[in-house]
Amino acid sequence: MYVAVKGGEQAITAAHKRLAEKRRGSLDEKPLTIKQIRQQLPYAVDRVMIEGSLYDPQLAALAIKQAAGDLIEAIFLLRAFRTTLERFCDSQPLDTGKMHVERRISAAFKDVPGGQVLGPTFDYTHRLLDFSLLDEEKQTGCDNESDQKEAVKTEPESLELGIEHDLHDFPHVLKSMTAEGLIENQVSEQQQANFDITQQPMQFPVDRSTRLQALARGDEGFLLALGYSTQRGYGRTHPFAGEIRIGQVDLVIEPEELGFQIEIGEITLSECEMINQFKGTKEIKPMFTRGYGLAFGHSERKAMSMALIDRALRGKEFNEDFDSPAQDEEFVLSHADSVESVGFVSHLKLPHYVDFQSELELIRKIRKEQNEKAEAKVESAA
Amino acid sequence: MNEYNFAYLDEHTKRVIRRSLLKAVSIPGYQVPFPGREMPMPYGWGTGGIQVTASVIGKDDCLKVIDQGADDTTNAVSIRNFFKRVCGIRTTEKTDETSIIQTRHRIPETALKAGQILVYQVPIPEPLRFIEPRETETRTMHALQEYGVMHLKLYEDIAQFGHISTAYAYPVIVNGRYIMDPSPIPKFDNPKMHRMPALQLFGAGREKRIYAVPPYTDVVSLDFEDHPFDIQQWDESCALCGSEVSFLDEIITDNDGIRLHLCSDSEYCATRVGASQ
Repeated sequence: MYVAVKGGEQAITAAHKRLAEKRRGSLDEKPLTIKQIRQQLPYAVDRVMIEGSLYDPQLAALAIKQAAGDLIEAIFLLRAFRTTLERFCDSQPLDTGKMHVERRISAAFKDVPGGQVLGPTFDYTHRLLDFSLLDEEKQTGCDNESDQKEAVKTEPESLELGIEHDLHDFPHVLKSMTAEGLIENQVSEQQQANFDITQQPMQFPVDRSTRLQALARGDEGFLLALGYSTQRGYGRTHPFAGEIRIGQVDLVIEPEELGFQIEIGEITLSECEMINQFKGTKEIKPMFTRGYGLAFGHSERKAMSMALIDRALRGKEFNEDFDSPAQDEEFVLSHADSVESVGFVSHLKLPHYVDFQSELELIRKIRKEQNEKAEAKVESAA
Repeated sequence: MNEYNFAYLDEHTKRVIRRSLLKAVSIPGYQVPFPGREMPMPYGWGTGGIQVTASVIGKDDCLKVIDQGADDTTNAVSIRNFFKRVCGIRTTEKTDETSIIQTRHRIPETALKAGQILVYQVPIPEPLRFIEPRETETRTMHALQEYGVMHLKLYEDIAQFGHISTAYAYPVIVNGRYIMDPSPIPKFDNPKMHRMPALQLFGAGREKRIYAVPPYTDVVSLDFEDHPFDIQQWDESCALCGSEVSFLDEIITDNDGIRLHLCSDSEYCATRVGASQ
């Protein structure tokens, strides 16, 4: 009985074994390959990379496999790996203006230089279950073949829309507005190194770059809900999707000992620039302000949510009324990280015998005393 | 296990954490922010304590890990196995043989000695958090020793229940200066912290704070002259070792609600049982 209450080593070993079985499923099925996950679950891989704060599709896919599709668990796995890595160099600032664009839209302007490029998107799909995917394997015999066929098929359509093949070096939509002074100019004047939330503890209040870092690794669901709340009046910011672009950006480093720049590869990014209203003051003419979101991979929803919240958190800069959760830096940033929140919620499963015993003892004592008092009252009344 | 450094953390990170620890020891009870790392266990499961232990542990150390006072609770087993794996060091259950004890929610019944280190796992390091949720506010309150609200909270308890209704994580004043959360240990254990010969280190991983109580430091539980601090007492004694002075867990043994009381400190209990046989 005693042993049963206190659990122990054997129980843990048995639980791990059960989990391994659960993850693998029926042995009649072939195990899922990492390649399949990377190729056929790309959005899951992207989410794990951005919230895991590590751009590594291979390891993100591994984490998804190991976590049996539990993405929050996969994010945790990747984060716990990332934290052990040596940081040998800061990259040069990414130039998203030179992005090789796969998708690029503006909801603020009907047409923009370079055109609107839909690219791969769930937008405008009808959310009808495609029952033909139920037995896709049987239909084609080989997955790879059919995918390639589809890819070839879509290409002429994009040509019809008059889109050039080399979709890079598109200037940002908001650049022209900046020139006119209609929107705040946001060229960073910051010369010192950025605060790095993975190397230094966040201490409130924090600057915008710190906020953006924390939002970038924040839980998508949490950010989405908060962003949504600003649209429903809890810290309104009057947003327009000025530009959303997704594509590949070159990653450049300049090692101190070499003194020249080296391109070490490219990463896929989703960037969102919101245009928000600002009334202006006596000194400052009314102009538009910005909210910014950036995420690894195809993570448009995440980038948009982030941009909404970034702008909401800038309320103080513009002397805006302060009364909503999304405007509250401490509230938002302290609760955005899924690794932190999942950890603390799940710790309730750990034993709390001692604390509970302490409360039990106290409640019994108070109840006993109240009973005694009540009895004494009855007696004295009689 | 060659993929990871000794004690999991890289040496640079350990150095950063040790610097925070030195600051914490220099200002007893003050919460030092530190760049907490993600650990391979979830936040809330002892990552703060694990990082502190990982930063101070050496090849010659001997480690004991307890949760709820016991060495054989699942999380204690898991953390002990983690350090065995990443350090290859000796572990023990014997309180008087160990150099480092990592604990969750208890202080061992056996008195600790000079030279030992007690590492606490801390969920919420800020004792004022449930009175004032904002870090920016509580930081100022600590700086100005603006602690009236804490006494007020305790007073309101007395007015309402006739007792202070905090049974664990009972606030203390350290070295006559900072109000400190002793982590969720039962208030039964608070007196053990006072002038303890061992070094007490506190790690809060998710909240990224470290604090400390150096050996032989005053640790006083908050109270009022007419409502002095008191600790839990039981009418029962331990069903296994017969102890009348240890913290007892209450165990329901059957469907009729028959109860049994046992020492929460399993090593203390087993040692007493062994000695009497």
